[in-house]
Amino acid sequence: MTPPLRQRRLLFVTGKGGVGKTTIAAGLARAMASAGRRVLLCSVDDRSDLADAFSLPPLRFEPVRVDQYLSVMAMDTEASLREYLKIYLKLPIVGRIGPVAAAFDFVATAAPGVREILTIGKVCYEVREEHYDTVIVDAPATGHVTGYLAAPQALQSLVRVGLIRSQTDWMLQILSDESLTGVIAVTTAEEMPVSETLQLLTAIRQDTTTHAAAVVVNRVVSDILVPRDEALAQQLATQRPSPFDDPRLDGLFAAERFAAQRREVSREHLNVLRDGIPSTLPVIIQPYCFGATTSAAIVADVAASLAEEIS
Amino acid sequence: MTTLGDVIGTSKVVITCGPGGIGKTTCAAALGVAVARSTERRVLVVTVDPARRLADALGLGGIGNDATVVHDVGGAGELSVAMLDTKASWDALIRRHAPDATTAQRILDNALYQNITGRFIQSHDYIAMERLHELVEQDLYDLIIVDTPPTRNALDFLDAPSRMADFFSSRLLRWLIAPARGGVVGFAARPFSQIADKILGGQFVGDITEFFLLLNTMYDGFVQRAREVEMLLAHDDTSFLVISTLESVPVTEAEFFVRELSERHLNVRGWILNRVLPPSIASDDLANAMDSLSHAELAAAVDATGADDASLRRVRDALVSNTRRWRDVALAERQQTQQLQSRDVPVFTIPTLDGEISELAGLTLLGDVLYGAEGVVKS
Repeated sequence: MTPPLRQRRLLFVTGKGGVGKTTIAAGLARAMASAGRRVLLCSVDDRSDLADAFSLPPLRFEPVRVDQYLSVMAMDTEASLREYLKIYLKLPIVGRIGPVAAAFDFVATAAPGVREILTIGKVCYEVREEHYDTVIVDAPATGHVTGYLAAPQALQSLVRVGLIRSQTDWMLQILSDESLTGVIAVTTAEEMPVSETLQLLTAIRQDTTTHAAAVVVNRVVSDILVPRDEALAQQLATQRPSPFDDPRLDGLFAAERFAAQRREVSREHLNVLRDGIPSTLPVIIQPYCFGATTSAAIVADVAASLAEEIS
Repeated sequence: MTTLGDVIGTSKVVITCGPGGIGKTTCAAALGVAVARSTERRVLVVTVDPARRLADALGLGGIGNDATVVHDVGGAGELSVAMLDTKASWDALIRRHAPDATTAQRILDNALYQNITGRFIQSHDYIAMERLHELVEQDLYDLIIVDTPPTRNALDFLDAPSRMADFFSSRLLRWLIAPARGGVVGFAARPFSQIADKILGGQFVGDITEFFLLLNTMYDGFVQRAREVEMLLAHDDTSFLVISTLESVPVTEAEFFVRELSERHLNVRGWILNRVLPPSIASDDLANAMDSLSHAELAAAVDATGADDASLRRVRDALVSNTRRWRDVALAERQQTQQLQSRDVPVFTIPTLDGEISELAGLTLLGDVLYGAEGVVKS
């Protein structure tokens, strides 16, 4: 049985670009904070989207408080390296961080896992030190997230000695513990996002020690037309009897045709998704937010509907 | 008014960019179909998106690193597709540029190399541009359409060649490989070596150094190609098309692409708005007509359809509620489109088409709509 989301201490939210990953991460953070948990939301992928979601100025490494329970930060590998050196090496780094960071950046460009470990290390550190009840990571998109989660192992296989080597052990412990840590895969009910989600879940199982916690299907349009009425709606669209014969009503039937297609596509891909994942993995349906136009309004909507899932 | 087909004109390279999840790959493929059908040109579409449905739609079992010809596009031209395989392309590149076979093999066998080809920052972007350069040189196609990786707020594929060149010529690389070359470690490199040894361990730093020593043997080839790719991208025969939907996040991302490309003096020849809601949903008359429909007697429809009054009321109310939901979206889209049309880049609106594109007929239809889409080109 998958442990409930509300008990997790570290959640990575990922998804194919364009599915609303950041919105879901922000909504989840807001919902958990409303439930009284101290939440740190950390953007790794794109800091501007997350700032918009809370109507904040550009985020920085130093967390800013949205309210009593919720803090938001953006990952910055140089700042993370600086913090790391301060904590572990007790280096007098203030004046020297420039060339060190540049050199490190250079190594990180070449050596797999070095850049990633600074990110993963920072969030694991926050979990270990219990500065927050839950750390939610707006993680890189599906194609890249496994590289982050597998970074400790990747480094272990390349680095046989040194400080980083000894650091990877406790990180792996946190990342592997299903009661603490999980990945939330965000998708929409469309072909490519669903297919990428299935690939992601396989990759997480095979290449990382972390476990999937849930799949969120975003922007699902609820049906207004009940199935038994679909045939009658279809008949009205073809026959256009009075009073439906007004040509100004073309848009009415165009909207229904559009909605019907979306319904059909949605059903098909939801089935593919459900067939492809373990039956124990929760699938959370997140309705399309009609009417909400700003990022902040959409996040508030999402938080309200996710509140049930985490209660 | 000019059509998108006119705008592409005689371009030899078309590069589609935009955010993910908006149908970019499908548009690139559909455009390829349209050009192959309406001209006599040999077209190659290079995609990065392994959509099985796209392969199915083109009647192919799969799309690989080598180009495959699509049969029966129904025109005078010819269409081929290829999918960029980062690993295979990198291996080929190393073999081509290494000074000798032994060096090539040592690089290919290096543990770091094997890790890096999949994950090297921008390795995918670099190889996409490298591949484009190779294809242009081979001159087997009249038009190459490149579907770029859906990076967010980044034009890494444009910067990748120059970054690769900078990378090889950087001082840091020289510091790093200096000790291995038998030289004395420079003063400036010392803090780095000390800290790197402490954090990463000496053996790991040694591995990295060896890898770069090997890679450095290919310096001249890399740098020269990088410069050539830059020239190719800026050439008048290269057209950039930005693709997005009208949702707020994709539009913001697309705006970034348009701005960045223009600032680099690259030829942004169009902004394609994909999956736009039918204009009838946003029409001004519709609201009034729906109001009268809500109060209208349904007796006439009872006779015409044979359905009972209660069912008809229910369906009518559902249709009206459904329309009101999408109407808000359509109105926002219309406003957004008008705003975008005031820019310098011509805007081409592509309505949402019936059903998913799962066969060649669908791709052909979308291609025709794209090819014939009209926009205003400002002088």
